[in-house]
Amino acid sequence: MEIALFYIAATIALVSTFLVLTNFNAAHGLIYLIISLLASAVIFYVVGAPFAAALEILVYAGAIMVLFVFVVMMLNMGQQGIDQEHEWLNLRMWIVPSILSLILLAEIIYVLAAGSVLLPGHGVEPKAVGMSLFGPYVLAVEIASMLLLAGLVGAYQLGRRYLEENREEDNQ
Amino acid sequence: MEDLLIYVVIFGTLIGAMTYAAILVWFERRMLAWWQDRLGPNRVGPFGIGLALADILKLLAKEDWVPPFADKKVFVIAPCFVMIAMLMGFAVVPYGPETYIADLNIGLLFFMGMTSLAVYAVLLGGLSSNNKFSLIGGLRSAAQMVSYEVFMGLSLMGVVMLSGSFSLVDIVESQQDGWFVISQFFGFVVFVVAGIAESHRLPFDLPEAEQELVGGFHTEYSGMKFGIFMVGEYLGVILISAMIATIFFGGWIGPGFLPPIFWLAAKTFCFVMFFILLRAAMPRPRYDQLMSLGWKVMLPITLVNLVVTGGVVLWMNT
Repeated sequence: MEIALFYIAATIALVSTFLVLTNFNAAHGLIYLIISLLASAVIFYVVGAPFAAALEILVYAGAIMVLFVFVVMMLNMGQQGIDQEHEWLNLRMWIVPSILSLILLAEIIYVLAAGSVLLPGHGVEPKAVGMSLFGPYVLAVEIASMLLLAGLVGAYQLGRRYLEENREEDNQ
Repeated sequence: MEDLLIYVVIFGTLIGAMTYAAILVWFERRMLAWWQDRLGPNRVGPFGIGLALADILKLLAKEDWVPPFADKKVFVIAPCFVMIAMLMGFAVVPYGPETYIADLNIGLLFFMGMTSLAVYAVLLGGLSSNNKFSLIGGLRSAAQMVSYEVFMGLSLMGVVMLSGSFSLVDIVESQQDGWFVISQFFGFVVFVVAGIAESHRLPFDLPEAEQELVGGFHTEYSGMKFGIFMVGEYLGVILISAMIATIFFGGWIGPGFLPPIFWLAAKTFCFVMFFILLRAAMPRPRYDQLMSLGWKVMLPITLVNLVVTGGVVLWMNT
């Protein structure tokens, strides 16, 4: 039963990801990408990592994809964008990526068929995630947070200069 | 027997929430009128309830029209998002010690995830309408939701620290000797403000500010598709109110002479009334005021609350 759930979710994830790539309309592509993220959240839940599943929905589907949709709305390409995508996504450019991903697919089929390397299945509780984040990986967390802080300060600096210039124009 | 009970609870939740939302459409107009010293709908049937029924019939009978310039598939699918996400959110609300649909160990995160998915209804509705007013409404909604979700999540972390669990069943159980609204008062305040913003009700209804944006993201919607947006909004109000009652006001805990579900319903009703009172009493802020309130007031309060709660929990444990 559980294995059927896994395969259904995996199939949905694969099909929706494929549709993201082949879709000419950016908004439709994003909807399929959201579905693909939801499907991978279900996979996480089924293999015993409910916390990772919740984060997948909250962070990726709930925050990052909202910003993607935001950008698509800001640009609002419409028909012009669809035409451009038609131009870019011609058959010739599919060849090399297809060969590369076929190699990966063959590799995975080989590993699964050999049956020697199986994923170790054990539940990951929220506490275990926290323990490893602030235990052995604390340096990585600190570096990532410093990077984010630098990004935040940089974005503020850029935005502030823009605001000040506009304010002077308004006053004149 | 237990299998039967879970189906009763699931269908009870679905039917109960939908009926509540439908009645609320009428009840809100009565209460608004009462608070603003007006008469309100009072002619058709007893207490004007016939007017609400006529409105529902009109929505059902109206032509299901899709504008020719809209992105048809997305336009049709967008209202479903809000309905599905909000109804899914009810799955983790415990109605009694043994009465709940699902006791997820990530219950709180599940609720957060569902409210964050509900924003796609507004976003995609605004995007697919191909209308400038809808687009601005959708854009505002995206920025508002992404900002207020941050504080909404952080404001709940104090409760998680004190109860030691993400599961709402455990959170209610750990409030047997005292509601979290006392120990987590600032968390409560931030959660209520963020909840209003998440369900985009007045005073935070900038995505649909009708004086500037016609109807905001649902300008092009009519008939039952608009009806679904409207019911979804009321479902959101009920869900957020039920969550406030569950997380901060002891959920189903109450004096034993009445069933637990009564206490949850009564507490939820109080907060629904509070949402309506806000609409009757508050003016709408400007958009930049809304954003700076979020980032300059709400975020510092939540972070300080989080640090202090963490410190107290550590101190109590040692």
